[in-house]
Amino acid sequence: MKPKMLEIKNLHVNVGGKPILKGVNLTVGAGEMHAIMGPNGAGKSTLGHIIAGRDGYEVTAGEVIYQGENLLPMPPEERACRGVFLAFQYPVEIPGVNNTYFLRAALNAQRKYRGAPELDSMEFLGLVREKLEVLHIDDSLLHRAVNEGFSGGEKKRNEIFQMAVLEPSLAILDETDSGLDIDALRLVADGVNQLRDPLKSMIVITHYQRLLDHIVPDVVHVLADGVIVASGGAELAVKLEEQGYTWLEQGGIKAVDTHGTSSQTLQ
Amino acid sequence: MAGEANTIDQFVSRKYRHGFVTDIESDTVPPGLNEDVVRWISARKEEPQWLLKWRLKAYRQWLKMAPPNWANLNIDPIDLQAISYFSAPKSDKDRPQSLDDVDPKLLETYEKLGVPLHERARLAGVAVDAVFDSVSIGTTFKEELKKAGVIFCSFSEAVRDHPELVRQYLGSVVPTLDNYFAALNSAVFSDGSFVFVPKGVRCPMELSTYFRINAAETGQFERTLIIAEDSSYVSYLEGCTAPMRDENQLHAAVVELVALDDAQIKYSTVQNWYPGDENGIGGIYNFVTKRGDCRGDRSKISWTQVETGSAITWKYPSCVLRGDDSTGEFYSVALTNNYQQADTGTKMIHLGRNTRSKIISKGISAGHGQNSYRGLVKMARKAENARNYTQCDSMLIGKHCGAHTFPYIEVSNPSAKVEHEATTSRIGEDQLFYCLQRGISEEDAVSMIVDGFCKQVFRELPMEFAVEAKALLEVSLEGAVG
Repeated sequence: MKPKMLEIKNLHVNVGGKPILKGVNLTVGAGEMHAIMGPNGAGKSTLGHIIAGRDGYEVTAGEVIYQGENLLPMPPEERACRGVFLAFQYPVEIPGVNNTYFLRAALNAQRKYRGAPELDSMEFLGLVREKLEVLHIDDSLLHRAVNEGFSGGEKKRNEIFQMAVLEPSLAILDETDSGLDIDALRLVADGVNQLRDPLKSMIVITHYQRLLDHIVPDVVHVLADGVIVASGGAELAVKLEEQGYTWLEQGGIKAVDTHGTSSQTLQ
Repeated sequence: MAGEANTIDQFVSRKYRHGFVTDIESDTVPPGLNEDVVRWISARKEEPQWLLKWRLKAYRQWLKMAPPNWANLNIDPIDLQAISYFSAPKSDKDRPQSLDDVDPKLLETYEKLGVPLHERARLAGVAVDAVFDSVSIGTTFKEELKKAGVIFCSFSEAVRDHPELVRQYLGSVVPTLDNYFAALNSAVFSDGSFVFVPKGVRCPMELSTYFRINAAETGQFERTLIIAEDSSYVSYLEGCTAPMRDENQLHAAVVELVALDDAQIKYSTVQNWYPGDENGIGGIYNFVTKRGDCRGDRSKISWTQVETGSAITWKYPSCVLRGDDSTGEFYSVALTNNYQQADTGTKMIHLGRNTRSKIISKGISAGHGQNSYRGLVKMARKAENARNYTQCDSMLIGKHCGAHTFPYIEVSNPSAKVEHEATTSRIGEDQLFYCLQRGISEEDAVSMIVDGFCKQVFRELPMEFAVEAKALLEVSLEGAVG
């Protein structure tokens, strides 16, 4: 068995007193890519935010273990420094702050935390050029302010670019496909595929199956009403696409036979 | 959120870095204001008769005036009779003639403030006319400026050595009865700076003055006059910081700028006076009248200010665009924290044809700070084709502060165009979390976001001061998160 990257046990989360996650169990091994699908309001983004450490959520029960350590008490910047990365569904604009400057500040903060020497601007620029080449992204976005005035596709590519530079151990891609046309989607997906690595894990949160045409996950989970109701191989995504989420609500889960929540169970 | 409350607490509990008092005997007039005090100041400074008359006229006008009450400021009445109107540092001899003669304790004070005169002057190529309390104590690079024909000296020296220039221009931009505080300043002003750039001369260096308020219970009434003759250029920087003190101190400066045909004046301010403590006790009351007169055609006056200090700021650096094709600019960053209050902005008075003005205002409020932008854009009847662009952005940090915008627009010429854009944002949880999620600490994230917000203004500052201003903002915002 592969070493565990992330282990979520019986996670219950409230937002404003209202239960959103109601006992999520999920195990992601090193090098694995998992997809989390589900209808709107199922708690997919909440799960991503909880792992990344966003404020405003109340964990009422359960654990999140990352590389053998309890993640929940850790502040978000420490999680980031330890290799947890969230590609935002809505990447945030920071007017007046240069994209390259921002990313170098981030990388150096992480390197400092790990005891690695900080990169000067020349070294950083070298790294950036290398990553741009791998991802086939032109360097125009380097000179602009963080996400300011970026198109939807540019914002998402910028997220993938940041991920490439920061080289996280665990990346969560939150609806990275939303709002993209097919060409932009392909570009983003190619970038993600380039970054797959036997030691690094990814969780792809998506509403639609179309991203999974380009990024083939090892495991697909279906999150509905705060619990994982089905897990399976890539073909589960296809089934969902064909039959829609109502199929689940009508008791179709049983047909997939997932034994509830074990993430490793393939159909 | 708990994290937020903690960091705001830390922010609020930060101590003022420049809080110390230099122990030097002061030659101070007893508190109180009457005609005799005005005469005493004038006599003490050995002023000519015409200037005394000018002061007395201002004093008598002032007696009939009332403090302005239209600003969005909450101020206890100021007891002007409790203030001393003159204070000069006393050395063994008379005024020091060069830096070598300056009281070493004074120089030490500047060192603490990070203004090492010699070094700064030598390395940065900046002439520094340092004002300690009310009297200029040292001016460097005078010789080089003299070669270029530029006069840069204390106001008192200018009265003594160039009375005809002072007499011609003093009060020609800000008349004595302009407002309550300008009238008060005209009656009792102590010292300040004087700059004269002759026709066709580009001033070979940035001119800079560091102000410092020191003696207890002493009002500070600076007077600055800058004249740029035809086709000349000068860039002037005013930077301020003051030691910690419990009593509120009044500061009412007047700055007058005159730009003749094709002349350009760039006036930059970094203001870091004591803002009061975390409970709003103490701090400087800053009532300033700054105005530039684009008297000549194609002249240009540009104000850039970074205001992080003072308990109360009341300040509207303005441009009178009298000459045809003249340009006025105002770039401002105003930060209020704890219980600081600022009512600041500008007035762009378009009188000439094809006049242009641009206003970029960035207000940042944190703690219980209240920050108001107040701006007037006036297009007079003859201001054919005049243009104004105003951008007015406010940023809120935390939940107890406020941002207010009071734009006034008066247009009397149908060909004039006025554009106004305004935004208000909160340092969003979103922006902050985005930075944190990339591994950037909360403090670094806040200063990065604020720095980005202010970039349009910072890039108008001379390079070395932009660095200083950025650092100052970072210090003022350490731990400020909302």
